[in-house]
Amino acid sequence: MSHPKQIIQHGHVLRYTLRERLNHWVAAVSYIYLLLTGLAFWSPWMFWIAIVLGGAPVSRMLHPWAGLMFFGSVVYMYKMWASQMRHTEEDRLWWKAVRYYSTNQDDKVPPAGRYNAGQKFLFWGFFWSSLFLLLSGVVLWFPEYVSWNLRFLRYLAVLIHPGAALLTIGLFMIHLYMGLFAERGAFGSVIRGDVTEAFAKRYHPRWYEEIAGGTSSPRK
Amino acid sequence: MSQATLRIQKISGHAGTVPGEDTQREFTVCKLVDTTTCIGCKACEVACMEWNDLPFGETIFDNTYQTMPETRWNYWNLILFNEHEREDGTLMWLMRKNQCMHCADPGCLAACPADGAIVQYTNGIVDFQQANCIGCGYCITGCPFDIPKLNPKTKRVFKCTLCSDRVSEGLEPACIKACPTGCLHFGSKDDMKTLAEGRAKQLREHSNFPSAGVYDPPGVGGTGVIYVLHDITKPELYGGLPADPSIPWTVKLWKGPLKWLGNVAMIGGLIGLFVHYLRYGPKDRDDDDMIAGGRKS
Repeated sequence: MSHPKQIIQHGHVLRYTLRERLNHWVAAVSYIYLLLTGLAFWSPWMFWIAIVLGGAPVSRMLHPWAGLMFFGSVVYMYKMWASQMRHTEEDRLWWKAVRYYSTNQDDKVPPAGRYNAGQKFLFWGFFWSSLFLLLSGVVLWFPEYVSWNLRFLRYLAVLIHPGAALLTIGLFMIHLYMGLFAERGAFGSVIRGDVTEAFAKRYHPRWYEEIAGGTSSPRK
Repeated sequence: MSQATLRIQKISGHAGTVPGEDTQREFTVCKLVDTTTCIGCKACEVACMEWNDLPFGETIFDNTYQTMPETRWNYWNLILFNEHEREDGTLMWLMRKNQCMHCADPGCLAACPADGAIVQYTNGIVDFQQANCIGCGYCITGCPFDIPKLNPKTKRVFKCTLCSDRVSEGLEPACIKACPTGCLHFGSKDDMKTLAEGRAKQLREHSNFPSAGVYDPPGVGGTGVIYVLHDITKPELYGGLPADPSIPWTVKLWKGPLKWLGNVAMIGGLIGLFVHYLRYGPKDRDDDDMIAGGRKS
């Protein structure tokens, strides 16, 4: 991680490479499509969403393909980030102080690395949910090929798929809230890829030390 | 398929009330299949294909009468042949005409997410409306009898309609009309139950079938197709007729408590985040150094 090149001019720090940002948006676009069409199939009161998106048969046909796309991007995230997402002792302390984090008393929160414990939870929540969504999704994709003797697979899938989806919806709402509303400057990091040094020091001090450490004091 | 003069009492995937609900009194119709007088002639199968204009599908031959293992999207009515060895070592045929059971509490309809793709008429017939079907196959999972079948080409699900188009015109279903032995009957549910119970009693008292009875499973609220069986204690012998069918419990959980819990959680989550924003607002809202292009010291 430690690389002086991540310190860029005008007091900015590179937080997400182009590769990371592109992958994030593949995941985001496919997830939002999955969410909308999934909600349409979830409740008759939201069935109109499928009609707006080109008709329910189209939604039914494309939902599984969007699912494969989303799962692919999650696998790619796993390759990029899994090693940075390991739960550490600091994360345990972070969770103990989570009420300070969620009430904007960040001074009382233990310093985080590139990802704080909440972000790690988001990552693993999405990772495992995606795995369960994929497995149950394949069954729901081709229910007619699941033989009568294996019908318990279908019975399981209709519970696992919405259950795991609901979990991701909870994570997704918090993710959007943090990125768009709670942490100013966070959203820019998945667009342009950089955050200000102030942001890095504030929210990810140990990460900032890592990338700035050893180099001369960064240019302002 | 046709809903010309039939009124609807249940609609799949439908938000709000059912239009026309409770406006008309209607008999619940019922098909009675007396398996003890079925001779396996397959006239009902042919009549079904003829009336519904179904193309003939490929058959198999494995030295049994069973030239088709199960119903298909374009083969809605199939006699299942089962050779059964009795306790005294003699053989007998158990032949059961298999088709949609037209459950009073249909699992297909409960599972279906598409508005109006599955309806139940006030006369009890459960009918698929392919124009509204989205091809998801949830009905396949909801059905305890393995009846709905997907057309792989059109991605639409089909099954027996109980000839709703004929019934709406006051005719009996095509299979009933074709049966040469009188093992098939059609009429009101009450009449068919009486007829079936009478036949079962006759079998018990005069024909040495002490366990004869009527199959009208309460787990799905009773069915629009009822059977007289030689042995009501072993319905599985008749080509896997389930002893106590019901909508799979996971389907009920999914469409019931899980849906409510999920909706409450999603709406609660949105409200919670909104209130959190009103109460706490963004972090470091006065520190413009947090955002790119902000004020530099």
